Amino acid sequence: MTATTLSPATAATDAREENPWGRAWRRLRRRKGAMVGLVIVLLFVLLAVAAPLVAPYDPIATSWSAVRKAPSWAHWLGTDEVGRDVLSRIIWGARASLSAGLVSVGIALAFGVPLGLLAGYAGGWVDALLSRIVDAMLAIPFLILAIALAAFLGPSLSNAMIAIGVTATPVFIRLTRGQTIAAKVEDYVEAARAVGNPHWRIALRHVLPNIVPPLLVQASLAIAGAIIAEAALSFLGLGQQPPAPSWGSMLNSAQRFIAQAPWMAFWPGVAIFLAVLSFNLLGDGLRDALDPRHK
Amino acid sequence: MLAFLTQRLLQLIPTLFFVSVLIFGLQQLLPGDPALIMAGEERDPEVLEQIRQQYRLNEPIWVQYFYWIQGVLSGNLGESMRLKTSVLSLVQEKLPVTLQLASMAIVVALGIGIPAGIISAVKKDTALDYGANIFALWGISTPNFWLGILMIFLFSVTLGWLPASGYVSLSENWKASLATTIMPAFVLGNAIAAILMRHTRSAMLQAMGADYVRTARAKGLYERRVVLKHALRNAMTPVITLGALEFGTLLSGAVLTEQIFTIPGFGKLIVDAVFNRDYAVVQGVVLVTSTAYIALNLLADIAYVLVNPRLRG
Amino acid sequence: MIKTIRRLILAAAFSGVALSGAAAQSNLRIGLAEDPDVLDPTLARTYVGRIVFSSICDKLFDIDEKLNIVPQLATSHETSADGLTVTIKLRPGVKFHDGEAFDAAAAKYSLERHLNMKGSFRKPELASVEAIEIADPTTIKLKLKAPFSPLLAQLTDRAGMMVSPKAAEAAGDKFGLKPVCAGPYKFVERVQQDRIVVEKFADYWNKDQIFIDKITYLPIVDSTVRLANLRSGGLDMIERVLATDIKTVRDNPKLKLITAVELGYQGLTINLSNGPKANTPLAKDARVRQAFELSMDREALNQVVFNGEFVVGNQWINPTNFYYQQSLPVPKRDVAKAKALLKEAGVTGRMSLDLMVPNNPETRQVAEVLQSMVAETGFDLKLRVTEFATSLKQAEDGDYQLYLIGWSGRSDPDGNSYIFQTCGAPQNNSGYCDKDVDAWHKEARIKSDPAERKKIYENVAKKYLAEGSIKYLYHRRVLVALTDKVEGYKQLPDGLIRVIGVKLK
Repeated sequence: MTATTLSPATAATDAREENPWGRAWRRLRRRKGAMVGLVIVLLFVLLAVAAPLVAPYDPIATSWSAVRKAPSWAHWLGTDEVGRDVLSRIIWGARASLSAGLVSVGIALAFGVPLGLLAGYAGGWVDALLSRIVDAMLAIPFLILAIALAAFLGPSLSNAMIAIGVTATPVFIRLTRGQTIAAKVEDYVEAARAVGNPHWRIALRHVLPNIVPPLLVQASLAIAGAIIAEAALSFLGLGQQPPAPSWGSMLNSAQRFIAQAPWMAFWPGVAIFLAVLSFNLLGDGLRDALDPRHK
Repeated sequence: MLAFLTQRLLQLIPTLFFVSVLIFGLQQLLPGDPALIMAGEERDPEVLEQIRQQYRLNEPIWVQYFYWIQGVLSGNLGESMRLKTSVLSLVQEKLPVTLQLASMAIVVALGIGIPAGIISAVKKDTALDYGANIFALWGISTPNFWLGILMIFLFSVTLGWLPASGYVSLSENWKASLATTIMPAFVLGNAIAAILMRHTRSAMLQAMGADYVRTARAKGLYERRVVLKHALRNAMTPVITLGALEFGTLLSGAVLTEQIFTIPGFGKLIVDAVFNRDYAVVQGVVLVTSTAYIALNLLADIAYVLVNPRLRG
Repeated sequence: MIKTIRRLILAAAFSGVALSGAAAQSNLRIGLAEDPDVLDPTLARTYVGRIVFSSICDKLFDIDEKLNIVPQLATSHETSADGLTVTIKLRPGVKFHDGEAFDAAAAKYSLERHLNMKGSFRKPELASVEAIEIADPTTIKLKLKAPFSPLLAQLTDRAGMMVSPKAAEAAGDKFGLKPVCAGPYKFVERVQQDRIVVEKFADYWNKDQIFIDKITYLPIVDSTVRLANLRSGGLDMIERVLATDIKTVRDNPKLKLITAVELGYQGLTINLSNGPKANTPLAKDARVRQAFELSMDREALNQVVFNGEFVVGNQWINPTNFYYQQSLPVPKRDVAKAKALLKEAGVTGRMSLDLMVPNNPETRQVAEVLQSMVAETGFDLKLRVTEFATSLKQAEDGDYQLYLIGWSGRSDPDGNSYIFQTCGAPQNNSGYCDKDVDAWHKEARIKSDPAERKKIYENVAKKYLAEGSIKYLYHRRVLVALTDKVEGYKQLPDGLIRVIGVKLK
């Protein structure tokens, strides 16, 4: 054992003593990409929360005289196939798409992390059983699983979130499990065990903090994936129900008018792109900022 | 190593069992009556009853499962209700198409993802890093069908370079075959490239910060050598694992892309079968793709252990 | 590779010369909107399958543009005075694709196969047939259980398709994998979800009218991509062009659009008495249904969703049909009258209704437009977009209050009405039941004089349109687009693609 191999443990201990989140924030602020991501995410959140105040029109108000009109001063981003304002629908759609991303990944984390910790830490038959079920779930195509679940639960946005969340869970179980097993053999965990800490304490205080960075990377990707999965489910009629907007359903109805009304598809696409991109940038920045090994 | 292999092979049995139960359970979850959808506009009660009897839809679910699994174990995946062909022959028909598309997509993904990941890790926090990041990310940020339609409009309708859709097999005419699959392969590969790039970058950063790389650097090894030999070798493990898993996903997951480009592969077959409640096809094809996925998983795991002997216990 | 790209660019530049080139063998490439189901006339049930059948399987009779029944494999027909025997003369000298002769025995075999085969979807269509007799080698007699005037119309569709007895006997229920019929083209190969190839049948009875060597059917689900393929020269012909794409086709000098008004209809089914969900004022009181109807503006719906290209309607046949009742025109929107009717029915406050919408962007748009139209009168439609297979089951189970669903249509008006409007009929998911309507429908089945039948249907229309379970909304146009290389194509209202007389330049 040389001094260098012990450094992660020391760093982790230091971090706890110096309020790690404050330090992480300090680090995060230095990263331009992450800050851009954070700002865009916050803007979207703000937009979603303040939608009734910000949106220039009622997102579901139809107008027969303004069907598929190109962008203009009255309608900055044009109108859709029944004369609704695209900008207003994007603003309101932020609610559906963001919550689809956040809630479903929240569900996946809520189930996946404890189960993964359990499997990784307990080992033995618990691990074997959980791992086999995870293997089986991962082996079945994501969309097929989500379709079946969403169709079973009935078409609605919240059911789509549940379906996406459940379908995304095995990835988190597997990731957490793998990281837990890796962390388990690290010296600082062995040390904690040697001192006689109870298992749950080791799992929560020594293992969990060390698997947060990869979880964050995965979560940022999963949010992105969930936003797109919601689009796919909306396409299948299993997501947001009309006339309420979501970016996914907007893209789907726009598909028919790609030649005649490209703005209908362009702007929701841009919204998805920006949201996904910013989640990724933010996750990346968080990863670096939270990783005790990088200073 | 032998013990590890035996153990992993033994694990396949419960996994495949869970897969078969899940697949079978899924079709039961799906609302709708297969006889009704099969009949379409010709909904005569007598005919419906005949269909139900013919396909044992009236039997309890565990009896249906028993018949199905019995058939599977004797090499019979059943028969499509809609097309009256054996599921096995459908699988044989689609397998080359899907393999070709998946291979091409993976080549695209590796070709873009790994170099982009290495560059952005080595040149961390520079313009190159951000550029590579954004370039790799746009693929995953753009829904497949959207990108697909844009490409068709650009390359087929406007420029007239490539056929808009359809599929020609490699043996029939390899040039035409590549021309029909290059766009969907790019659409699929592009999304995976983003994932591979991110993981390459993460893994590279982790590896470059790790002690052995620091030690190597301290020993005065050239930067390029440190990157390529020490960091990359360790970083590649998760990336290869992921690549294998993504390949497995491609075997059945190219649903929307196959739809847009009208590529008659597994993804389109499964989804059409789901919508038509063609149970035998859903079960049979998902079982085949799942088994392939699990096999790839096993290979990836073996690779993982070979590189990381510490996990062998 | 560069060479290939250059060649492709050249091909696009001189798009008169398609990728395949002006080869010796002419090949008509048709883009279909769906992948057909099994190609066995007895077991088939999809609309798109009928399109493919129209080149490989000839029928006893066919229809013309005015929906008259015209001979195909039969040459004439005669119904006995009591309506219980239909004598059909068969075309002599006709051969099946395998060289077998088409005669009375083969016709009897084919019809009996439709009637008796396990899982046959033709059985209900031929339910009125008691027995088939061979009078002489070119004449068959159909003995009926009761007079049934729509029977001949059934024989213009799949129930009238003749299959080679030898091939059918050998293949059993696998016949659809390699159908052997007596149509102008014979089956060559099929790759599921990819293509169906048929080639000219040298011994076709009407071979002088066949000018194209080969037809390739390519199912391409996405309408945008289908049109893109037509524009880029990858296809010669596509079916089911979107109404909103009509302008794109018309603006392109290389493309032609051929249309006809469909045989079927699109409408709203109201759940009247199927299960607890039917417990609404809308189901209980015909006046509320009339108020609902008066809240809708069909013409505006047509304008908004279909650029005004479709045909609005209020009956189960379109306004150009002989059986359309001119005395009952499409009602105009009248919100004031609708509100008055609601008041009369004692309805106060807003009414929330569950509208089940099969998942398809076009239907979804129709639903959204309807939703905003009827809101003004006080109906709050809650849209529930439901995947098609699920919606069928839920309709059957009565798990809906309103259901946006259409019917592909049959050439005889009976095929568009009987199974929806009579008590306990297989497609009557809403539980509408009226003794008079039932009796009139039965009478119309017995009578064979069109004018007489029209009179009977007038009674049905008066009653059913006022209080019935389906509010008919519009009739789509059959929209087929083709390149200027294709000549001589005519569109019939059934939407099928008939290749007789079509040339490829």
